[in-house]
Amino acid sequence: MDVDSRKFIELSATAVRNESLKTSMGLLGAGLSMRRAQAKAGLAEFDALRDEARDIKNDVLANLDAYLEAFEAQVTRQGGVVHWASTDEEARDAILAICRDADARTVTKSKSMVTEEIELVPHLEAHGITAVETDLGEYIIQLRRERPSHIIAPAIHLNKDEVSETFFEHHRKLGYNERLTERADLVGEARHVLRDKFLGADVGISGANFLIAESGTVVLVTNEGNAELTTSLPKTHIVVTGIEKVVPTFEDAATFIRLLGRSAAGMEISQYTSFITGPAREGDADGPRNFHVVLVDNGRSRMIGTEFQDMLRCIRCSACLNHCPVYLSVGGHAYGSVYNGPMGAVLTPGLSSIGDAGHLPNASTFCGKCEEVCPVRIPLPRMMRAWRNRESEAKLNPVGMRWGLRGWQWLATHPRLYRLATRLGIGVLRRIARGDSSYLSHMPLAAGNWTRDRDFPTPSPTSFVAQWEDKL
Amino acid sequence: MSEEKPRRREVALFATCLVDLVRPDIGFDVARLVLDAGFKVVVPPLQTCCGQPNYNGGDKSGAMAMARRNIDLLMPYEYVVVPSGSCGGMIAHHYPELLSGDTVYAGRARRLAERVYELSRFLVDVADYQPSRRLEGTVTYHDACAGLRELGIKSGPRTLLERAGAQVVESGQAEACCGFGGTFCIKYPDISNAMLERKVADIEATGAATVVAGELGCLMNIEGKLHRTGRPIAARHFAQLLAPEQKS
Repeated sequence: MDVDSRKFIELSATAVRNESLKTSMGLLGAGLSMRRAQAKAGLAEFDALRDEARDIKNDVLANLDAYLEAFEAQVTRQGGVVHWASTDEEARDAILAICRDADARTVTKSKSMVTEEIELVPHLEAHGITAVETDLGEYIIQLRRERPSHIIAPAIHLNKDEVSETFFEHHRKLGYNERLTERADLVGEARHVLRDKFLGADVGISGANFLIAESGTVVLVTNEGNAELTTSLPKTHIVVTGIEKVVPTFEDAATFIRLLGRSAAGMEISQYTSFITGPAREGDADGPRNFHVVLVDNGRSRMIGTEFQDMLRCIRCSACLNHCPVYLSVGGHAYGSVYNGPMGAVLTPGLSSIGDAGHLPNASTFCGKCEEVCPVRIPLPRMMRAWRNRESEAKLNPVGMRWGLRGWQWLATHPRLYRLATRLGIGVLRRIARGDSSYLSHMPLAAGNWTRDRDFPTPSPTSFVAQWEDKL
Repeated sequence: MSEEKPRRREVALFATCLVDLVRPDIGFDVARLVLDAGFKVVVPPLQTCCGQPNYNGGDKSGAMAMARRNIDLLMPYEYVVVPSGSCGGMIAHHYPELLSGDTVYAGRARRLAERVYELSRFLVDVADYQPSRRLEGTVTYHDACAGLRELGIKSGPRTLLERAGAQVVESGQAEACCGFGGTFCIKYPDISNAMLERKVADIEATGAATVVAGELGCLMNIEGKLHRTGRPIAARHFAQLLAPEQKS
C-alpha cells in the first residue's frame, strides 16, 4: 500500500488556499450532512440499527475465521473459487493469474477501495492488460491519473470545468470533438465511451460491500449500474475485497444496507443493490462463467486483538469524511493515502505503519463528530489517540513535542515550581505585549503559528489561584 | 432538628490551567456564580492542569501521573466544578478509562467522576440556579466539542443565558469545531485557520453582538480571530456574562 503522509503539512497548506476545492468541499459537507440528518430523522430505529450493526460486526471479528471459511465453502459449492491473499502483492498476483487464464486483454472495473489499496490497475497495465474504471468518478480520475479523494465521490475535488477539459483532451482521439459544458452531456459522453468497453471486456473486476457467509453471496451497493454491467457481461468476474466485509446472514446484510445509504448520502437505498451468488447457472441468459473472490488481508488481521480492532467494523460509507472539519478543509489528496478523513487516519497506519502515516491521526482536534455519525459506532478519536501513543512510544513524533509534554507533566505535578515557571512565562508574554496592550499580535517560537492568523489575549499578570490566595 | 442554619455545601473549583493563567477574572466570575447559587467555594491551591495536552499528545504515562495527582487533590470534595467541558470531560470521562487498569486509582477515578460537574451542568442540574444578573441583547452560543459530545452539554448554558434575559440566536454551525484543538492549532496552523475562518463567518452571520461558549480554549481562538479581523463582536465565557455584579 503506497502511503506517504510526510508532505501532509505542505499539501494541506496548498489545499486550504484552493478556492475550487473549498467550494467542492463546502457543497459536499453541507449537502451530505443535511441529507444524512434528514434520513436519520426519517427512521425512528436508526440509532438502534447502529447498535445492532456494531454488535454484528463485533461478533464477526471475534469469529472471523469461521465466517470466512463458511463463506468460502458456499462460494465453492456454487462453483466459484476463493483466493486468500495475505498481502497486496499476493492479491495482485492472484488477480493477474486469473486474467491471464482468461486470456484477458481488457478488464472493466467497478468502484473498489481495496483495488486502490493494492494498486491493482497499474499492476495490470504493467503486464499489458488494459483496465478501465467504469464508475464515472473513477473514470474521470483514471483519465487524469489521479487517486480518489473520497470513498464514494472519488472525483469530488474536481469541478465541472475541469471534467469538461479532461474529457475534451482524452475523448478527441475517439472522435468526440465538442467541448461539453452541461453535466448531462458529460455523463452522456462518458456513457457512450464506456459502452464499448463494457461489451469488449474479457474480465470484470468489482469490489464488495458485504459478503454473506450463509450463502456465499457478494453484495454490491451502487448508483450508476456500471457494476452490474461489469459483473454480468464478461466471461469472468473477479471480486476483490477485504476479509472484514463478511457478515453472517442475509438478514444481517439487510441491517447494513439500511444504514449504508442513509449514512453515506442520506439515501434510503441506493439505485442498485445487487446480490451475486456464484457464476452463471445452466440455462442463465447471462452472467460470468468463471467467478472468483479474492479475499485481501493486507494488515487487517494484524489489527485484531489490538486497540484498533473496532476499525475493522468500518463499512466505508464516508459519513466521517463528510462531517470532518479537517477533511472538509483539505480534501482527500493531502492525506497521501487512499483512505483519508477520520477512518483513513485510523486505518492507514494499521495497514501501513505509524511511521509512514504519522500525520494522519495527529491532524485532528478530537472534535468527535466522526464518532457521532459513524453507523457502526467506531470510536475514531480514541483510536487516533492510541496511534499517537504508539508514535510517541516509538519516538517517531517530534522530539520537541515529547520533551515539551514531559516538562509540562513534571511542572504540573510540582505545583510550586509550576507557579514559578508559569509566572515567568506570563512575564515574558507581557513584556512582548509591552505591558499595556490587551492582545499579542506576535509570539515567539511555535506560538508564532497562533499569532500568524489570530491575536492572543494577553494573560493577566497574576494567576487566579495566586489572587485567590491573596484574598483569603 | 437543629436550630442552626444548614451549612452551605462545599464546592471545589478546578479553574483549569487556561482560566487560571490567562483569564483569572473568569475564575472569580465562576466563584461568584457558585456562591450566588448557595454553595461555599474552595479553590484547592495546589491545582495545575488536568492533563489533556499529555493525554492527547501521545504521552499516556504522563497523563496518568497527572490524573492520579488530580484525583488525590479533588477527592476530598463533595462537588468539583470545572468551567470547561474538555477539562470536565477529561476528569469525568477519560480519567476512569485511563486508570481502568490501576488497582488503586480505578475505583477512585470512577467515584470522582460522579462528583465532577461542568459549570453549566452544576448550575442547572444541581443548583437550579436563577441568575440574579440581568442581560440584554442578543448572543450566539458556540458548542465546544468536548462539552457537547463527551458530556452532552447543549441546553444548559442556553437555559442560563435565557433565564438572565438574553436572547440566544442560533448560528448555522454552532456545533462545528472552531479549529482550536489544543496543540492542533500550533501543529496544523493552516487547517486550524481554515476552520476558524468558517467559525467566525458563521458567528458573524447571526448578527449577535457576543459569542458565548463554555470553553476558554475555543474562546481565545475565536476572540483572537475576531480581534485580528476587526470584527466588533465580543467573545465571552458564559460565566462572565452571568456572574453577579462585583460588590466594591
